[in-house]
Amino acid sequence: MALRRKTAYEEWATRYRAGKRAPKESATTISGVPVEPLYTPEDLAGWSYDDKLGYPGEFPYTRGVYPSMYRGQLWTIRQFAGYGTAEETNHRYKFLLSQGQAGLSVAFDMPTLMGYDSDDPLSEGEVGHCGVAIDSLEDMETLFSGIRLDQITTSMTINSPAAILYAMYIAVGEKEGLALGALGGTLQNDILKEYIAQKEYIFPPEPSMRLVVDTIVFAARHMPRWNAVSISGYHIREAGSTAVQELAFTLADGMAYVEASIKAGLNVDEFAPRLSFFFDSHIDFFEEIAKFRAARRLWARIMRDKYGARDPKSWMLRFHTQTAGVSLTRQQVENNISRTAYEAMAAVLGGTNSLHTNSMDEVLALPTERAAQIALRTQQVLAHETGVTNTIDPLAGSFFMERLTDEMEQGAQQYFDRIDEQGGVLSCIENGFFQREIADAAFEFERKLEANERIVVGVNAYKEGEGADVPTLKIGPETERGQVARLKAVKARRDNTSVRNRLEELKVAARSSDNLMPPLLNCVKAYVSEGEIMGALKDVFGVYREPILF
Amino acid sequence: MAPAETSPRSQAPMNQNKRWRVLTAKVGLDGHDRGVKVVSRALRDAGVEVIYAGLRQTPEMVVEAAIQEDVDAIGVSLHSGAHMTLIPRILELLKERDASDIVIFGGGIIPQDDATELKRMGVVEIFGPGSSLQSIIDFVNHGFKAA
Repeated sequence: MALRRKTAYEEWATRYRAGKRAPKESATTISGVPVEPLYTPEDLAGWSYDDKLGYPGEFPYTRGVYPSMYRGQLWTIRQFAGYGTAEETNHRYKFLLSQGQAGLSVAFDMPTLMGYDSDDPLSEGEVGHCGVAIDSLEDMETLFSGIRLDQITTSMTINSPAAILYAMYIAVGEKEGLALGALGGTLQNDILKEYIAQKEYIFPPEPSMRLVVDTIVFAARHMPRWNAVSISGYHIREAGSTAVQELAFTLADGMAYVEASIKAGLNVDEFAPRLSFFFDSHIDFFEEIAKFRAARRLWARIMRDKYGARDPKSWMLRFHTQTAGVSLTRQQVENNISRTAYEAMAAVLGGTNSLHTNSMDEVLALPTERAAQIALRTQQVLAHETGVTNTIDPLAGSFFMERLTDEMEQGAQQYFDRIDEQGGVLSCIENGFFQREIADAAFEFERKLEANERIVVGVNAYKEGEGADVPTLKIGPETERGQVARLKAVKARRDNTSVRNRLEELKVAARSSDNLMPPLLNCVKAYVSEGEIMGALKDVFGVYREPILF
Repeated sequence: MAPAETSPRSQAPMNQNKRWRVLTAKVGLDGHDRGVKVVSRALRDAGVEVIYAGLRQTPEMVVEAAIQEDVDAIGVSLHSGAHMTLIPRILELLKERDASDIVIFGGGIIPQDDATELKRMGVVEIFGPGSSLQSIIDFVNHGFKAA
């Protein structure tokens, strides 16, 4: 350090400690990462602009995947929505599209996510409650009725049965007269994080991975505008992980999909440009921005150097962000609007490609239309009023931001090594490594809150009692009754001989190593229900039970 | 089902030194197990005997396990919106099995109106998002008394 600067720094440090009020001894991010009161050029010793950042749209993409970022095109405002019946959700979609939203994002109900039909005994009380109920192609036709599928892109948040819903979407497109290549969208289809965090697994890991790879191969060959998998850290974070764990486990999952797809015979550049990611934006502002920047840099290097990808599109980590559901509080529900706004700004300063902002009442129930509208408007205020879109990666070069970004990258690298030492992602799922790391972090988070080491407004500070009730969306029992009746009518109307034949063909294919997308397309077009298809696949693949630990 | 005369539940005096046995479970189809795991660990650390039944437990499975394990209480966690169907079923099954002395409490995404209605039906307490761990530990250690 230059002598003059060293003297000045020491002088500052003395004055910092000598103030009337002793400064806080230490501070950490919400993930427990220590942060200093001040960062200086000394924190970036040896740091090189060309190596660490480069220009937007240029390797290693730390500053963003596109040269013009939001000057060229705003992020896609993509509000996740779905409730009740396909018809009700179709109305909500048309409303959202009329309000300026550019893409749809489908929330399915629990029976659909878990592969049960609405008339299954296990579906009782769940139909249409936390998303829309889809049993057969008929529901999917209703869901997108009057919406031109080539004019929008659609994201479908579904995992174990993802290939079935994908087949249904393709079938709806075909009925609209659209070629496969005209359909654009994303399947979540990230089964690894289900075992790790969200727990909506059905089959054991290996056949599950085969289904994911089948969709990746199908999309790579036929649907250039389709992202077959959205590799998701969101659920890992919401389950209680730290920011570094979210980053590391997500990219480790990404590498597992890359390796499985290469093993299935694809060239890395055939599918890697269509891999997409999904992260959480939590309440610790700078840590989140650093996480997004580190994610892009890590992935670019992994794809180029580890997997030998040549196409720059394979190096680019494109991602969707959702603000943190777990940061919302039941107490003083309106405060959630401001939490969500800060989290949304972090996502944008981190260069997100699309964004969902949570509604204030999601801590209580599915959002009301009013709450969903405020959440949408929060993004529009951010996009059009705050000026954050004017300058690309505006925090670049900040001593603090660059140091945090480097630390995030190093922390992830250490986890990659630990995962490799244990034999890779599948081994770490089976031995409970991820689950234990997350459970420990979640418990530590609660402990800090409990000890008042962390303040959450309205929860352990600035309390106001229970406060006023907010109106919540109610899903009545008539939704379930109606859905069950519709499914019954579909089953009575369709050609049931054809149904049996299609299911037999599917089982034969499942026992072979053939791609399952063609037989799945044949099943959905014959109006075989989701539950029937999943039942046939369970016969072949079996079901998974997780190790119980807490 | 354990014979009633050997049941520590029916013999133990209701005092604060008792080592309570609690079955925790995720009921319904969702997999959001962060809360139930954190609560299970906090109760265990506070000296409660905790049996975590895991995910996707049906009301029948929960009641069967509660009786087999001879627990004092069942803590159920739901985030899927099925609470108004599944929790009343648990209460009903306990009644059928003559085990209504087992206390039911719960947590998750449960709107206030529904929580009020569930308490009217016999659920002793609902701990929503933002409930402190200490409040849940106190609830158990004080013999499952509603706040």
